[in-house]
Amino acid sequence: MLKIEKRAVDSRWMQLGSPLIATVLTLITGAVLFAALGHDPFNALYTFFVLPVSDLYGVTELGLKVTPLLLCAMGLMLCYQAKVWNIGAEGQFVIGALGGGIAALYLPSLGAASLWVTLLFGILAGMAWSALAALLKTRFAANEILTTIMLNYIALNLMLYAVHGPLKDPSGFNFPESAMLPANTMLSTLIDGYRLHVGFLIALLAMVSVWVVSARSMIGFQIKVLGEDERAAAFAGFSTNKLVWYVLLISGGLAGLAGIAEVAGPVGQLNPYVAAGYGYSAIIVVFLGRMNPVGILIASALLALTYMGGEMAQMQLGLPKSLTGLFQGMLLFFLLACDLFISYRVTWSQMKRVEV
Amino acid sequence: MYQIQLDSITKAYPGCVANNAVSLSVREGEIHALLGENGAGKSTLMKIIYGVVAPDAGTMIWRGQPVTVKGPNHARALGIGMVFQHFSLFETLTVLENIALSLPKSFSKDKDALKQKILDVSAKYGMLLDPDRYVHSLSIGEQQRVEIVRCLLQDVKLLILDEPTSVLTPQEVKVLFNTLQTLASEGCSILFISHKLDEVKSICTAATVLRGGVVTGAFDPRVTTVDEMAVAMVGADTPLDQHYPRATGQEVFLSLANLSCTTYDPFGVSLSNLNCQVKAGEIVGIAGVAGNGQEELLSLISGETLADDASMVCFDGHPVAKSGPGERRSLGLGFVPEERLGRGAVPDMSLADNALLTASAKGLVTNGLVDNKAVKVFAKKVVDSFNVKTASILSQAKSLSGGNLQKFIIGREILQAPKLLVCSHPTWGVDIGAAIQIRHSLIALRDQGCAVLIVSEDIDELYALCDRIGAICDGKLSPIRNTDEVSLTQLGKWMAGEMTPSNEVVETAHA
Repeated sequence: MLKIEKRAVDSRWMQLGSPLIATVLTLITGAVLFAALGHDPFNALYTFFVLPVSDLYGVTELGLKVTPLLLCAMGLMLCYQAKVWNIGAEGQFVIGALGGGIAALYLPSLGAASLWVTLLFGILAGMAWSALAALLKTRFAANEILTTIMLNYIALNLMLYAVHGPLKDPSGFNFPESAMLPANTMLSTLIDGYRLHVGFLIALLAMVSVWVVSARSMIGFQIKVLGEDERAAAFAGFSTNKLVWYVLLISGGLAGLAGIAEVAGPVGQLNPYVAAGYGYSAIIVVFLGRMNPVGILIASALLALTYMGGEMAQMQLGLPKSLTGLFQGMLLFFLLACDLFISYRVTWSQMKRVEV
Repeated sequence: MYQIQLDSITKAYPGCVANNAVSLSVREGEIHALLGENGAGKSTLMKIIYGVVAPDAGTMIWRGQPVTVKGPNHARALGIGMVFQHFSLFETLTVLENIALSLPKSFSKDKDALKQKILDVSAKYGMLLDPDRYVHSLSIGEQQRVEIVRCLLQDVKLLILDEPTSVLTPQEVKVLFNTLQTLASEGCSILFISHKLDEVKSICTAATVLRGGVVTGAFDPRVTTVDEMAVAMVGADTPLDQHYPRATGQEVFLSLANLSCTTYDPFGVSLSNLNCQVKAGEIVGIAGVAGNGQEELLSLISGETLADDASMVCFDGHPVAKSGPGERRSLGLGFVPEERLGRGAVPDMSLADNALLTASAKGLVTNGLVDNKAVKVFAKKVVDSFNVKTASILSQAKSLSGGNLQKFIIGREILQAPKLLVCSHPTWGVDIGAAIQIRHSLIALRDQGCAVLIVSEDIDELYALCDRIGAICDGKLSPIRNTDEVSLTQLGKWMAGEMTPSNEVVETAHA
């Protein structure tokens, strides 16, 4: 008889093996799906996962998509280590884009410094948005999952209002988008002719900084203790409220930075589609990456690939772009299923019937 | 005639064999003790009899017939009743409602008849109960009566009691024993789980000893000495004797002055006007039945709860009642909470990380960054000097046995050279070898001039360790007096809430 029983000690092997198994299962299921849709599964998988990065353009585009995912995910990693379930990176991203965009469009030019002011406003706007959730949680004990999700919708509607109303470009043929940002507020590209910009380096820097905070600093330790065991944190004298503020402000700031980097980077203006679900995908990235910075970097690349693969499959195979969401969902689904075997194992036991 | 016979019962869990070919027979009308340390496999065996756990192998014969107990309902139908250590009562329901819930419909249909039955049974066995009272308003001893009466209503032939005396005052223990003897004289068998040998000797007529899942002895406690049973329980190589010289404290370190705190938790206990002083170089013990305000008192001392007035708690003259745990630690507090996993230590973190948990201010952090080398050195020192058995300092805290983890936690606190060490149930659930080591280290700490406060339900331990002793009941603290001047009867009265004012005069004379 098959039996699931708790392991005496968590399996280290499964900790690392689980995302790999989940990825393989996703690919297999994907192949079956493609076959069912009447496509050669290998060609389809190749089109989805390899073709998009088969040239330099593809690789730089991957880096471009990794940038917002990595920024959002590193902030979320700190939150989730503290078991503060911030689902609001999407909203913080949008508000960051909006706040930074407004600064870029309306503040008087400061020359080269304008870029920094723009980025700073993006960060502060994202922080302000997550501060609302922090305030509601620490002051009124409101569940952050609910408040951050609700704040996402408010953020999106604020953006819609802005680009349909006060920020709409007068010479934009009535499209819901703002004017283009001034050139001195734009992030410069890394390679001429490609869209990959300095934001990618900033994201890597942010990754390393958050890594140091998480792995080496006392506050990182306190965050982990709070997440593992709230009573132990109280016993040791770590302030729960302070830590909640800390992780939410950092993740809001990073998501806001991701938002403004998108606007001051490839998009160049405010429109309702800037977020493109990066804030939600970053949640998958954090879990897929085992809440570990290197893992998160790899997972960001994988998720970025699903975005590009979806587009490629649409262009080459005529399949719907929603394949992206499907693959992301399958990844998360299989990952959660495989994670069961970190603490549990399946055994084949012969139940000896007790003599009657 | 045998009521129940177990033959070669075996039950294995991943990583341990809880019961290995255990055989045990209980006669009709016998009070049979099942002895063993924590982790010896007593609870598993009881759960097998009661049908909560299925054995991997072995047979069970109930009143001459082989049976497979399918579950607790089946066990109850057979006539097996069990009172767990942690009661399964709904605190927001009345006694009557709680009992009705556990009985078959045929019993509980007629509420008035059931009420009368409860009154009859409880009167017959000397366990007075008011069926209309809410369970949360009952003392622990009374709640235990509800559990026992609930079993008796169903014509029980074997009553299993899991450590029934650990939650009672000495006086309540006497009442319980009278009840058990009445029951036994009527032919009901009783399986009495305990690790207190004196109790076993005083009421049991047979005893089976478990150690490491194996039966290591079967005795008649009436003719066997306590030492013989103890050796079977803990093994021949563990020293049993422990006598510690008493000490007199010097200057006051901890002082509680009219400490009051109102709790808004409906099941919490409000503290009123607690006064107590603990001096450097003495051990003060506070006895009491669980749930009488110990939790609240301890978290007011540790800083997890803050009081209204800073001077209610003073460390070495500094008012600290409004300061958090970190500030209090910097003034010399060491604290060993009752819950080892999930408060004293983070279960999934390594021992090294758990060392950092409370010792971060002792040079383990520079400029906000953790000095991992120093943390490891400190953790290694704790493990070595307190003889903690672990694969490595990187092992998860939850992988350690209760005794080893407790040694680690106490070691972590002691090696920070505290000026005040507060321990809640220092040896609860700890094997005897580790318990003795923990007691030695507490005495050594006292002799170095540390003030030590122990809160415990284990009266024997308090008498062995403490220089002064008192008790807490319903949020009020008795006077604290020299241990040798407090009789067991006196302590029992304090634990039951009889705190005569005349004693306070004696207290002021001491202080």
